[in-house]
Amino acid sequence: MRRTILKSLAALAVTAAFSAPVLAANPVEISFYYPVAVGGAVTKTIDSMVADFEKANPDIKVKAIYAGTYQESIVKALTAFKGGTPPTLAVLLSTDLFTLIDENAIVPIDSLANSAEDKKWIDGFYKGFMENSQTEGKTWGIPFQRSTIVMYYNKALFKEAGLNPDKAPATWNEMVEAARKLTKRDAAGNVSQWGVKIPSTGFGYWMFQAMTASNDTILMNGAGTKTYFDKPGAVQALQHWVDLTTRDKVMPAGAIEWGTTPKDFLEQKAAMVWTTTGNLTNIRSNASFPFGVAMLPGIKHPGSPTGGGNFYVFNKTSPAEQQAAMKFIRFATEPARAAQWSIATGYVAPRQDAWDTPEMKKYLQDVPAADVAREQMKYGVAELSTHDNQRVTKALNDNLQAALSGTKTPDAALKDAQREAERILRAYGR
Amino acid sequence: MKRLPSSTLPWLLLSPAMVLLIAFTHYPALATLWHSFFSTPKGSRPSVFVGLENYALMVDDPVFWRALCNNLWFAFGTIPVAIALAILMALWVNERLAGRGVLRLAYFTPTVLPMIAVANIWLFFYTPQYGLLEQITGALGLPSHNWLGNPDTVLGALMVVAVWKEAGFFMIFYLAALQQISPVLAEAAALEGASRWQYFWQVQFPLLMPTTLFVLINALINAFRLVDHIVVMTKGGPDNASALLLYYIYEVGFAFWDSSYAAALTVVLLAMLGLIALVKFRILDRRTHYQ
Repeated sequence: MRRTILKSLAALAVTAAFSAPVLAANPVEISFYYPVAVGGAVTKTIDSMVADFEKANPDIKVKAIYAGTYQESIVKALTAFKGGTPPTLAVLLSTDLFTLIDENAIVPIDSLANSAEDKKWIDGFYKGFMENSQTEGKTWGIPFQRSTIVMYYNKALFKEAGLNPDKAPATWNEMVEAARKLTKRDAAGNVSQWGVKIPSTGFGYWMFQAMTASNDTILMNGAGTKTYFDKPGAVQALQHWVDLTTRDKVMPAGAIEWGTTPKDFLEQKAAMVWTTTGNLTNIRSNASFPFGVAMLPGIKHPGSPTGGGNFYVFNKTSPAEQQAAMKFIRFATEPARAAQWSIATGYVAPRQDAWDTPEMKKYLQDVPAADVAREQMKYGVAELSTHDNQRVTKALNDNLQAALSGTKTPDAALKDAQREAERILRAYGR
Repeated sequence: MKRLPSSTLPWLLLSPAMVLLIAFTHYPALATLWHSFFSTPKGSRPSVFVGLENYALMVDDPVFWRALCNNLWFAFGTIPVAIALAILMALWVNERLAGRGVLRLAYFTPTVLPMIAVANIWLFFYTPQYGLLEQITGALGLPSHNWLGNPDTVLGALMVVAVWKEAGFFMIFYLAALQQISPVLAEAAALEGASRWQYFWQVQFPLLMPTTLFVLINALINAFRLVDHIVVMTKGGPDNASALLLYYIYEVGFAFWDSSYAAALTVVLLAMLGLIALVKFRILDRRTHYQ
């Protein structure tokens, strides 16, 4: 009995081995690096997307490789590139654009897709997402897992504090006002519940950009060669942030950890938190209380930077591989698939046509919170991205933390950040 | 069979270890030194010889000095405490007491856990408001403190993690050494009427000296080598208050992609570690009593 099973298995294997090449005489193989930056079964979703793609395109084989966090993924992709074996396709941060261009590591998307129909397809992505994908008049990346910052608020605590749980604060002053009512102190002055938490480790610059965007100040030029960290609007925005701790006393002092902020919210230790839309699925499945998602309360008007990852096609790969990669990008961003991806992960679908699909409409009825991010895209600005990006970002992050922990004034901190950024970018302005 | 010439056999026996050492230690060290004299190649701009420019940059780099300073504090803060704790724990679990095996295991557990996992646990110990530490201080009526978010306390908080992680590992060495000490000595000391402290200070401690030396070198090297918890817990922040040298090298090399400057920083780290090794072999070894 056992022998017959083994025999038939062997026969099957032989048939499979010989029949596959009949279907695809000479398949193009492409490698695809992708990161996982949020909770949920992202790997499984990618695998099924790849399987569907291979079924529809038997002449292409996709090797999907999970490459770690965003930071680990770019390290792996660039190291592989320098070693002469780059991935054909990778999802990396949209802000890595200039780093990848400076390393000559990627090819422009419009050199691979240049028909009138392709142009129309590229124009179909939200402008707010394309700002981080285009420079020097070329398109270098295609938005895929994109996100933005939103405010999550605890409706139960709102009710308890006598606030309207169905109306989130819409302006900065309203947020401070609500936060005062939501901060609980005991007789000794110890706080058991904070009004608001805006994290300042890792992504401090991103949060800060939301404040400056709502204060009519942008932090860099489109060519990525200049920064405007010490503009009066930026100093004013940082003063607002610092005031939350020193004057309004509604946010804890010192650096607030990015990683524990969702947990602070779930433990009801913070009534309002600012964090990425990518946390929606996590908070939705773990919150024991009713919560709301709102646009970020702005200083003058709403405003929020975009974030997240783009598809990039790598240099030093063959034209056939690049065309196959392009096919995969087109496949992954088709309306129905972009909608599925958005529902599974919480990322913002990057095209209007994805939001118009029946699945998406149904999802929005169940989870109206998901629509907030799309609404906010009207006020979206590009995430901070320059040449030598991580170094410039660090200069800003370090100084934001110095101001928030009280070792520098906002004005001095931003002047230092600007001086450092100018020193780093000096070579690129020429 | 023809006999091998007498000089060939030793080389043959040495070669497996030598190939590995040269390929993964000596060659990379020399290559690093070489690269540190060149500029970082960027896309269209190839690498050119720049002499000592990377080192001049380093002298001007406040983050480098901050990281170096932090690292020295980190070493001086963690090593004596970890060693003292290790001796104390070893002395205790060396006694005949009930549940000795369980106790030894408990002390050794932190060493077995991966540092990344440990760091994630400690991150929540230190979390303001609902972290373990806060729950204890809160119950005692002490004010809340943001340990990792404050530049004044962050390095101290990270030192505690390192001590907790290392002490159990060093304890194993001390335990092994203590068991080598002949019980005759304890009996003789007891007959002479020596107190517990006199016996430890004048008999056990000198006999533990070779172990202490070994542990000291290991601890020093680890103080410069262990940075996993920084990646998870603080990323060097706030404002570089917890940046250590190796973490900064990683940042320069793999976040800023400035490989030449990272090479120059690595040379400095290598030189420091080399110096430590030299001190061990040249000076401390001569003063240590080996049995």
